[in-house]
Amino acid sequence: MSAKNKTLEIDTSPHIVSGASVEVIMRNVVFALVPVCIFSVYVFGLTALITLTAATLSCLLTEHVLCRWRGDRSTLGDWSVAITGILYGLTLPPALPVWMVVLGGVVAVGVGKFLFGGLGHNAFNPALIGRAFLQAAFPVSMTTWYPALGAERFAVLPPSTFTLPFASPVYDSISGATPLAVIKFDGDITAATDLLMGLTSGSTGETSGLLILAGGLYLIARKMMNWRIPVAIFATVFALSGVFYLIDPAAYPGPLFMLFSGGLMLGAVFMATDMVASPMTSFGCVLYGVLIGALVVVIRLWGGLPEGVMYAILFANAVSPHIDNLIQPRVYGTTERGAS
Amino acid sequence: MSNLLHRYPSFRNGVHPPESKADTHALKIRQFPFSPVLVIPLSQHIGAPAVAVVREGEEVARGQLLARSDGFMSVPQHAPASGIVQRIDFVPSITGKMVPGIYLKPHPGSSQEVAEGEPCDLGTASPDDIIAAVQSAGIVGLGGAAFPTHVKLKPPEGKTVETLIINGIECEPYLTTDHRVMLEHTADIYMGIRYLLKATTAQRAIIGVEANKLDAADALRAAAPDDMPVTTGVVEVKYPQGAEKMLITALLGKEVPSGGLPVDVGTVVVNVATAAEIGRLLPHGRGIQERVVTITGPAVGRKGNYRIPIGTPLRFALEQVDVSDNVSRVFLGGPMMGQALSSLDIPITKGTSGFVAFTSAETAAEEPEYPCIRCAYCVDACPIYLNPSQLGILAKNEEFDRMADDHSLMDCFECGACSYVCPSHIPLVQRFRDAKAIVRERQAA
Repeated sequence: MSAKNKTLEIDTSPHIVSGASVEVIMRNVVFALVPVCIFSVYVFGLTALITLTAATLSCLLTEHVLCRWRGDRSTLGDWSVAITGILYGLTLPPALPVWMVVLGGVVAVGVGKFLFGGLGHNAFNPALIGRAFLQAAFPVSMTTWYPALGAERFAVLPPSTFTLPFASPVYDSISGATPLAVIKFDGDITAATDLLMGLTSGSTGETSGLLILAGGLYLIARKMMNWRIPVAIFATVFALSGVFYLIDPAAYPGPLFMLFSGGLMLGAVFMATDMVASPMTSFGCVLYGVLIGALVVVIRLWGGLPEGVMYAILFANAVSPHIDNLIQPRVYGTTERGAS
Repeated sequence: MSNLLHRYPSFRNGVHPPESKADTHALKIRQFPFSPVLVIPLSQHIGAPAVAVVREGEEVARGQLLARSDGFMSVPQHAPASGIVQRIDFVPSITGKMVPGIYLKPHPGSSQEVAEGEPCDLGTASPDDIIAAVQSAGIVGLGGAAFPTHVKLKPPEGKTVETLIINGIECEPYLTTDHRVMLEHTADIYMGIRYLLKATTAQRAIIGVEANKLDAADALRAAAPDDMPVTTGVVEVKYPQGAEKMLITALLGKEVPSGGLPVDVGTVVVNVATAAEIGRLLPHGRGIQERVVTITGPAVGRKGNYRIPIGTPLRFALEQVDVSDNVSRVFLGGPMMGQALSSLDIPITKGTSGFVAFTSAETAAEEPEYPCIRCAYCVDACPIYLNPSQLGILAKNEEFDRMADDHSLMDCFECGACSYVCPSHIPLVQRFRDAKAIVRERQAA
């Protein structure tokens, strides 16, 4: 009997798919972050390599263990926790004690992701939850900066890296201050070219604006990132800080300095664009970006901290579902926007 | 690149599935032989089934009336071949249910000349005469919807039709029947448009063609009669460009109101093969007996565009085109909106635009479903600007009333663009289809 008489396979349309998948998107974000990681190791040396490795491994391991503990398949294969781990590492001071890095990684994935329900349910960017925890728990270590391009950075590790848990880390006398701290507390401005090239003190991965932008452009070209979010953030920061700079150039930093200093590039391109924690509509993304940009300027200019990108993004993450509720697309053939 | 340069008008959003038309778009329409038995369902259209007017054992001539229409929302069936009515019984249908129908055994030696009826004279016929003639010819939307064409030609009280749109988009991957009809039956199309313009009292006609069929657009433009207010509009290649609403928006820049009809914005949309069939049949008073069907896909040996008698069993058709013994999946229509068939025992009907057959070798492994990562690909794909992600979450929670009341579920026309793009492989449109059925049931109750 011919095979034509057998029962055919049935499914419901559409019978073809585009081939887009969560793993492919997440994997490409990881690829886009690799140059940033390599450059930060070049700038800060061995201690940055240790920090990034510890951050990534602690996040991966936390996810794996929690999945197994819940009795589920491990979700390492979707690559999303790898992004969390790398981003988390990139936000940390390069010479942060390893035990703190690991502790923050457990919090990032355990609290920031797993408690919310795992992939697709994290209200906040998990990497920033980990960093925010460390900022609250260890404010001194989280604001002690390792100098960029130190001569012995590939030969000698700073003593702080392998501090024993709960012992106070020892820092060299030659710690470098970040450009934002310099301007806030000393009133000096770092040259914009040094900022752009990333040759300044700061968090492990926040220093090279060019590589971060290149990674972002790659993801935008592959339609794996909504360009409206970073563009809205940059435009808002530039415009707002430009206004204050024009009012009083002596008291306020210039807009280019604001764009390329601190974690703004890394935050705007790789953190604010976390698909899960950002709005879905184009207009919603613009609003979300404007909100982040405005908060960054407000915190940096008038807040007690030199840097405000992390809090700005976390706050906007919290607002994101409300933006989505307010801004629904107008349904075809109707005049009003859909309710929600 | 046409997409980037916005050379051709279009609608917003939508998707770009691989066109997969290269195997058949250059192949001329070929006539199919008669199968030993034709299986003719009495309901091949939306609306009331036709009522059989022949008896078992009766001799019929090709084109003779087999079943009359039952009211206005119904069309008649004509004999696709000269032969003997074997049985009036139940026949297999796509839903898996048996439905009333006629088994007709064609005469092997007959000349198969088509019986002529009362011609519809374009010069003297009134709009109502033409509408009646379209119904008598048994014509339904040949694009796949199988909606009785004459019903939409008569504008409701107080509405007027300004623009007649002829839909030659064929945006479903694989299908090439409309493409071939536009190239090979240009004169029939224009004759059909003459009837349609007069029936609808429209001021002008636009033939919409996708930019991947520029040869068809050229052929249509070259053959356009000077005395006819007709133009050919080329639009961007994008799915679902062939959906009525999308085509109206692309060509006229207007949106059909939610819950409304094209006539609410002064248009009627008729498929190009339907127009050609009207132009072919009405001057002779004939009824529809065959249609052009694309049979293609990796499992098909002799892919092509075939003129096939209505009622030809699919099994016979696939054997004629040397389908592989390993055939494992067959779609009626294209892969985006077409239906997967559970068996080959159904007949080709008026709404059958094509079959795509695959072997088990092409069946991709089932992808695991991930949670929604809110990437918004579906939001950017939905041609009517719904939020499929939100609807998908509500569907999973079985909040069907909220889907309909707050998120415009009933506006969804199930094009499947959301499921096509979803990187989490969530069966969005599949869930919306179920949800719509449940909401309709609740509303009826």
